[in-house]
Amino acid sequence: MTADSTPIPSTPAFEPVQGPSDPPTPEAARQPRRREDGAIPSRRERSVPHAGWMVVSGKEFADHLWSARFIVLLIVLGLAALIPMYFAADTIRNAASQVTGQSSIFLFLFTLGPTVGDTGVQLPAAWEFIAIVGPLLGIAFAFDAVNGERANGTLPRLLSQPIYRDDVINGKFAAGLAIIGLVLTFIVAVIAAFGIIRLGIVPSAEELLRITFWLIVTFLYVSLWLSFGLLLSVLIRRAATSALVAFGTWLLLTFFGGLITQLVGGFLAPVTGTLDQQAQSLSVQQTITRLLPDTLYREASLAILNPQVSAVTNPATLGGYAQAAQRIPSLQSFDQSILLVWPHMVTMVALAAFCFAIAYIRFMRQEVRA
Amino acid sequence: MTAPSTRPTRKKVGRARSAAGSDAAAASRRPRADGDDRPRAPIRTRGLTKKYGELVAVDHLDLEVQAGEIFGLLGQNGAGKTTTILMLLGLTEPTEGQARVVGLDPARRPLEVKRRVGYLPDAVGFYSDMTGRDNLRYTARLNRIPRDEAEDAIDEALEQVGLTNRADDHTEQYSRGMLQRLGIADALIKDPDVLILDEPTTAIDPLGVTEILDLLRSLVTERQMAILLSSHLLNQVQHVCDRIGIFAAGRLIGQGTMTDLAHRFGEDTATVEAEFQTDDAAGVDRVRDVLTAIPGVTNVTPPRRGNEAWSLSVKPAADETRVRRSVLAAASSTGLDLTSVRSVAPSLEEIYRRAVERAAHGHARDVR
Repeated sequence: MTADSTPIPSTPAFEPVQGPSDPPTPEAARQPRRREDGAIPSRRERSVPHAGWMVVSGKEFADHLWSARFIVLLIVLGLAALIPMYFAADTIRNAASQVTGQSSIFLFLFTLGPTVGDTGVQLPAAWEFIAIVGPLLGIAFAFDAVNGERANGTLPRLLSQPIYRDDVINGKFAAGLAIIGLVLTFIVAVIAAFGIIRLGIVPSAEELLRITFWLIVTFLYVSLWLSFGLLLSVLIRRAATSALVAFGTWLLLTFFGGLITQLVGGFLAPVTGTLDQQAQSLSVQQTITRLLPDTLYREASLAILNPQVSAVTNPATLGGYAQAAQRIPSLQSFDQSILLVWPHMVTMVALAAFCFAIAYIRFMRQEVRA
Repeated sequence: MTAPSTRPTRKKVGRARSAAGSDAAAASRRPRADGDDRPRAPIRTRGLTKKYGELVAVDHLDLEVQAGEIFGLLGQNGAGKTTTILMLLGLTEPTEGQARVVGLDPARRPLEVKRRVGYLPDAVGFYSDMTGRDNLRYTARLNRIPRDEAEDAIDEALEQVGLTNRADDHTEQYSRGMLQRLGIADALIKDPDVLILDEPTTAIDPLGVTEILDLLRSLVTERQMAILLSSHLLNQVQHVCDRIGIFAAGRLIGQGTMTDLAHRFGEDTATVEAEFQTDDAAGVDRVRDVLTAIPGVTNVTPPRRGNEAWSLSVKPAADETRVRRSVLAAASSTGLDLTSVRSVAPSLEEIYRRAVERAAHGHARDVR
């Protein structure tokens, strides 16, 4: 018998107290029935919504679907995936004619960068392209999630509806996940369809598995940016500022991140001394570059999309290099590739969960008013 | 009797038992004496306090709003009105004290409270890329109102606030006043027992204000709602509210009906107005002499222009009737051309000014 048990009388509160033959008078309707917890009965009983986040995410998802940013991103990403593919067709045909007996021709669709005409300019491959643009996708659907509601004046109204406060942030996050899942699946499907129709190559079961798994890794990577955007939208009051900070971070990490980590790595572990020491320094430097989610995603993508990759970590000793050099090049099976990138995935999930947790806690503690 | 057992709730494990079986247990927990059949007030607070660090936003507030009345919270900006409202909705936790809304503690059971309380926030906003109707539909979905029931409720609410013909426009095309009306409709969708309105009429044009206030009045008389509204527009509050609470620096410095407040803050003075037909300055002087001579009149204010009303302060207030008769008698005996004489109810503005002044004085004394 707890004091805070949920009181839901099984009969309507306005049921007349008299016999059924008596017409219910207004007085009878107003006569409050005693409820065990002291609640004054309402005129109409209705169940308390238990899944407010689903209503919120349903609305947010619909909003995203019809938003300009969704359509723009879809067109830009779709074109950006298709146009290089058009040029890549020749590269892939050449590559396919050279390799025999290996089951990764379909994966070339994602891993081979096209060369534009005779200029010799190498465009990024599809996966590299997504590594660059993916974060934008995450940010675009989250940077104004909470502060936009604040600026609109809709947050107090939303929170005064019978939902829990976390339903709002959970619903928005869920809607963001759904929309990025949709966009990424669409792009991968477009690339795959292009390969099947234009090049006439059909994926094997393992290739399908690899692509699906790569899609999941990409989804995790973009979710990381989604939760980062959500965090900014909670912390920063103005949507414009949070967009600026998010895009700034993206630029910094994607284009200058490598430079920065190299600098820091070179400072902390300069490559000097004996070969063994140099190998050790290189290994330390690699660990530092892995502080960037971008590095994690690149390593993971390569290992999944290219069965030839047998190691993602530089050996820490000279012996390790010697061993690696002696290894007979062979194709990794799907589960071996997954084992290679498992830590990367866990790290990405952890980072995304960390950002979301901070956003969640801050949102729960924020005052409704500014 | 149908069992309510499949109704899911979150975070709470306890579930309603069959209503009949637990009556005895309920009776023992009920704090009120049996036989007291007065319905309990839908809004009650006791010692409700909210502090932001050093700042005391709401200071030991005791408030009751009964079903079927409109209670006006009056106060300057920053006096703690909105904070009080947020605590009543469970959107902010009180530092101290208790609130009961429809008999429930909003801090512990916010969902049930919010299901039954309609709230119009200060500076209400809507999703600008959705139509007014779609905004209301979203609210209905959040309240889990079945679809066809919701459509009826939406139509009715839009009708009530006079937005039916603009309901399918995007809300970005709405004026401030229309948003405010839509906000009221939004609060009515869930058919609430309690309506809490924060500055409901600020941006609405004068004719619209009358409509809205009439609507509130009909909700109270027909549906027995309890309405708490906050405002700084004194004449509107005076016009529509059954009882008024005056708020200053987080404290309720006076509450009651207009008569109660006038009695409390009137400093035992009443006002009588009289109009005379005077032709020249000599006439005006004569009127002044006559009026000043009446016993009980403490102050005579001549009209600012021409033949407008003279204002007489009467103390003690009980002498007001006698003073009016004396004015009549004096006019007839001295041959002055009296055109009207009447007693004037103190305006809320006056009461409010006095209450705030008095509270400020009291506060100064406390500090000393």
